[in-house]
Amino acid sequence: MTQEDIFGKVKAVLVDALSVDDDEVTPQARLQADLNAESIDFLDIVFRLEREFGLKIDRNDLFPESVFSGDPKFVQNGMLTPDGMVELKSKMPYADMTTFEANPKFDQIGDLFTVDLITRYVHSRVAAK
Amino acid sequence: MRWVWIDRFTAFEPGQSATAVKCLSHAEDHFAEHFPGFPVMPAALILEGLAQTGGILVGEVNEFREKVVLAKIPSAKFHRDAVAGEMLTYAVRMLDLKAQGAVVAGRVTCGDELVAEAEIFFAHLDQNRSQQAFGDHNFVFGGELQYLLGMAKQATKPAELPPATTT
Repeated sequence: MTQEDIFGKVKAVLVDALSVDDDEVTPQARLQADLNAESIDFLDIVFRLEREFGLKIDRNDLFPESVFSGDPKFVQNGMLTPDGMVELKSKMPYADMTTFEANPKFDQIGDLFTVDLITRYVHSRVAAK
Repeated sequence: MRWVWIDRFTAFEPGQSATAVKCLSHAEDHFAEHFPGFPVMPAALILEGLAQTGGILVGEVNEFREKVVLAKIPSAKFHRDAVAGEMLTYAVRMLDLKAQGAVVAGRVTCGDELVAEAEIFFAHLDQNRSQQAFGDHNFVFGGELQYLLGMAKQATKPAELPPATTT
């Protein structure tokens, strides 16, 4: 399955889960800021991806909660510490950190959750099967 | 008024599917207001009946130890109104069941006519947090719904179920 195939299926999953239009689901679209995903939607998306791709996905694998707990070792004065960036990268190897790393504001972490992140995650899991 | 929007189960296959019926009476309060001179069953209450059917199917799997709450209705379609004197049949099929929650597909029919279809997503309330907030008592599944389940376990009539996959 190519990355393009996977993107098509991920798009269909997000259209169903978030009741958004097909053309809103671009690779760069952010789940929360652009597609209005709420917390329960993340669980719904995980369930749908599992059904669509025949995967077993640990919710924390795709949407790690430990990073967001506000541990002072990882977050200080509203910014991620160097340790926090290391933790984030280890928990979210599929995320594109290029923009975020230049100004790692804690309250911007949600922007890392893009359609592209999900596609890359699923691609790596499908390839490993 | 008791918040029970199904009258009885007619089929129950644990962890797989459930069918319940609801007879609509003109004496039900909602018909007076929805709408004056044009009494039709509020769509939200149709969904409530479907959710109760599905919620019991989901809760029964873990013998009602989990607090099962309706978290989201990803899709719902309404094909026609339901009016007093009719009997609605709620048929649900389990699509997914995991530790965190479950998804069911549901169909509401009246005789041979399709009234509504919906997919319903249930979450299991986090056990630690819900215990702090609500205590040990399982407020979701009270006596009324468990009584209905007792009747469900005696039900054997096969039902026409929604397809195994969503559209």
